[in-house]
Amino acid sequence: MTEKRSIVIIGAGPAGLAAAVRARKSGIKDILLLERDYQLGGILKQCIHNGFGLHVFKEELTGPEFALRYIRKIHELGIEYKLGTMVISIDENKNITTVNEQDGLRIYKAEAIILAMGCRERPRGALRIPGTNPSGIFSAGTAQRFVNIEGMKPGKTAVILGSGDIGLIMARRMTLEGMKVKAVCEIMPHPGGLTRNIVQCLEDFDIPLKLSHTVTQIHGKTRLEGVTVTKVDENYKPIEGTDQFIKCDTLLLSVGLIPENELSEEAGVLLDPSTKGAVVNQYLETSVDGIYACGNVLHVHDLVDYVALEAERAADSAVKRIKGTNPQKRKRMTVTTGEGIRYTVPQIIDRDEKDKKIKIYFRSKAILKTVRVNAVCKGKTIYSRKFKQLVPAEMEYIRIPSEKLKGRNIIIEAVKK
Amino acid sequence: MKREMVCIRCPKGCRMTVEYEGTKVLNVKGNSCSKGLAYAIDEITKPVRIVTSTVKVINGELPVVPVKTDKAIRRNLIFDVMEKIIEAEVVAPIKEGQVILENPADCGADVVATLELRKVTND
Amino acid sequence: MDKIKDNYDIMVIGAGVVGGLIARSLSFFNAAICIVDRHIDAAMGASGANSGIVHGGYDAKSGSLKAKFNILGTAMMEETCRKLGVPYKNTGSFVIAFGPDDELELARLYENGIKGGIKGLELISGEEARKLEPALNETVTKALWSKTAGVVSPYKLNISAVENAVINGVDYLRETTVTEIQRTENGFNVITDKGALNTKVIVNCAGIYADEIAGMVNDGFFSLTPRKGEYLLIDRSEGGLVKRVIFQTPSEKGKGVLVMTTVDGNLLIGPDANIAASKEDISTHADSLDFVYKTALKSCSNLHLDKVITSFAGLRATPDTGDFIIGESRKVPGFYNVAGIESPGLSSAPAIAEFVANEISEILGGLPYKENYIEVLESHEFFRDMTMDEKERAIKENPEHGRLVCRCESVTEAEVLESIRRPAGARTVDGVKRRTRAGMGRCQGGFCMPTVVEILSKELKIEKEEVLKGDRGSYILAGRNRG
Repeated sequence: MTEKRSIVIIGAGPAGLAAAVRARKSGIKDILLLERDYQLGGILKQCIHNGFGLHVFKEELTGPEFALRYIRKIHELGIEYKLGTMVISIDENKNITTVNEQDGLRIYKAEAIILAMGCRERPRGALRIPGTNPSGIFSAGTAQRFVNIEGMKPGKTAVILGSGDIGLIMARRMTLEGMKVKAVCEIMPHPGGLTRNIVQCLEDFDIPLKLSHTVTQIHGKTRLEGVTVTKVDENYKPIEGTDQFIKCDTLLLSVGLIPENELSEEAGVLLDPSTKGAVVNQYLETSVDGIYACGNVLHVHDLVDYVALEAERAADSAVKRIKGTNPQKRKRMTVTTGEGIRYTVPQIIDRDEKDKKIKIYFRSKAILKTVRVNAVCKGKTIYSRKFKQLVPAEMEYIRIPSEKLKGRNIIIEAVKK
Repeated sequence: MKREMVCIRCPKGCRMTVEYEGTKVLNVKGNSCSKGLAYAIDEITKPVRIVTSTVKVINGELPVVPVKTDKAIRRNLIFDVMEKIIEAEVVAPIKEGQVILENPADCGADVVATLELRKVTND
Repeated sequence: MDKIKDNYDIMVIGAGVVGGLIARSLSFFNAAICIVDRHIDAAMGASGANSGIVHGGYDAKSGSLKAKFNILGTAMMEETCRKLGVPYKNTGSFVIAFGPDDELELARLYENGIKGGIKGLELISGEEARKLEPALNETVTKALWSKTAGVVSPYKLNISAVENAVINGVDYLRETTVTEIQRTENGFNVITDKGALNTKVIVNCAGIYADEIAGMVNDGFFSLTPRKGEYLLIDRSEGGLVKRVIFQTPSEKGKGVLVMTTVDGNLLIGPDANIAASKEDISTHADSLDFVYKTALKSCSNLHLDKVITSFAGLRATPDTGDFIIGESRKVPGFYNVAGIESPGLSSAPAIAEFVANEISEILGGLPYKENYIEVLESHEFFRDMTMDEKERAIKENPEHGRLVCRCESVTEAEVLESIRRPAGARTVDGVKRRTRAGMGRCQGGFCMPTVVEILSKELKIEKEEVLKGDRGSYILAGRNRG
């Protein structure tokens, strides 16, 4: 059977929760929040460390506390949600097929869909680390769940590959639980996670961070017995003669997150190969009319606060669509990445007179010191802002005055000056 | 001695360069306000951290409950506090903010639950 | 050991695909039978790590056992798979040539096949080949098309065969390593690390260790060399790049690097062929995988390394005799070797099983059939393959289908439970994975592994820290942090 809803939100992590609360507060009554887990809150429940909420709640919270603040609002506002519910498919007509224990198979037809499915971790296979296939190799998030939710110890001695934030947080977490973290290896010449985490998770505990190093061989037939760690050159190729064997029974992989877009693709949502998330305009609308995306399913964020804020913007757009006040799309422009820029969100600007400024989020390709980030239309710089430093681990943004936009394309570049 | 630091006292995240000798701060560059200066001095003289971990739960819907120190504690006390956290047990139901350990290891902070957990009778 | 009788009529050593299918064929007879295997699950040796190809049978030297059983086995494969509920597809295969030298070899293979009576062989031009397989490179000049070739799930065939044997009353003694064999008046006293067993007949299906088992009865007339093949398994999004199994023209080293879509829909490239460091060495290496990738690129240039989900290696049990070794020992009556079953061993296995079972029956004076033996397994459709209506019905009948454990492969909790509860069921995370595909998808178990660990711990009534990934020692968790 098919049921109708104004807004269906897929995923009840920080993005989905924030979007639901915002849409409800804007007067939309029939919102449905779908979550595959048996609790609301998504990955925040296992992120028991502090550092969340500075932007949204103006206080420092742990992940569970951050989630609880939204979950309470969901209950207060009487927003409908379904747990243990897997979305099997979405189509371009915004029919959502779900399955769960109580309802069996159910189809919802939505006026607007907000995609908030988050991301998953890159597995070992994607790295093609050769060797054996023993137990003891975990993605950092899986280990985090074992430690923080189940109270289990993944091993005794660990090496962490990748200096993404979850890996750094787990280095500290495992150390506090009595495990020996022998090294964190990072193939890039700069850390992948936030500086704050480098300081408080590694330096505080004298855990060595080996930059420009990677794991090149896995050893051990049944349980992991050790890894070969090798220095890499500027092209990330292992340098001969720099192999070092590190004995360990646990290898944690913190080598990147991939937006979880299988459902989006099925609905015909166009993806950006750089973000692996949807191509969106400044209203966070995807290539499919009435489907919006926000949070880590759109692009991997550095802070959960930004996820929540982005989700509110997606909710605002969905609400406008339902109320019939969505902006008159005028002229479509594409946003392309220039020198030094890895990606931008949005990738499209649908120019509208009502917009005063267009906010464009971006990440740099490398650590860049004292650069100008320029917006270039038809060969002319229409906006420029100085940055003391750009770090790939951190998202930044610029706000471009709408009236200065010209032509069909805008290039965002970071140039030394 | 010189150290690069990111101030975490507000979301701005100023990148600072701190010159110091032992525990004496000589110069701080890059901060945009006095909070940055204070943070730099604290980091060099008496660094403090919030400790987060889990405590064993009896009769709870989950086997452990996440906890934190309700204030930042001296960094050199982290492992002493952890020792107490590892020994602790709490019976469900648990409320967010519930004090699990009072001033463990004389650290000046309480350890409180950061999640609510329901009681589950038997499995 | 799971169950023990003091005296068996037949002991099958090895629960690989050959041992499993032989035990199944033997289980139709009225006899006391056991399978003894050193691993915790079936398909943990070469049977779980190979290409999963049903070969056309054109390349084995006509008159050899390889040729004989390949042709017979390939003809039996579809029916055997249907009976056991094992995925099989008759895809056909190409051997492709890149110029005159290769073309000469193709012509030789073609003639060898025709001489052996192989049906469905055709030599086609490069253009014709590309018309059928658009992903093939322009450099392909000719192809030998074998229409009878196909793909099968090798570990599923293996696991289902053992299950079928167990259903018919065969004792499956897992994690039992044979250390010594003594001849007795009525047969053999087999010493294992779990105790001694008597049996009248031994069927030696010990894979890469078959020469050592034969040595235990002082009949080690052959020796086996482990030749390693390394593979790269690529995401299902890339599956279907080729419909047929694409071989390159073979050399002395083997059938060469292939490109294929597995029966599960992944793209698979490999294997290379190198002597392994030991019979336990199944590690992969950067240079070998690099060779596999570069060689595969010669066939299809459209291969994306960033979509690789895992690499693995398998060991071929290459005999020094040049052919399969199948038959009763000349020196030791009642000791029956089925050894050196390298490629096309999987293709040959159904035919070998039937042949060997009949031979063993004769050795034991002609065994009567059981009255109600089972040879068809109750097949069950996977949730992911069901239509919407079927899914709805499945959840109504069993709400555990409403709980998806593995979201990449749409595996339900009901299916995970079933995989553990079936006869000869899963005992490990890898065992659940092979039976259900939970953890085989793009996230490689990152999401479902903790759930599978929890279900295994509940079902097997063991602590979470006792749950294993594979064989003994492969514990996943080191213990509890609290309590």
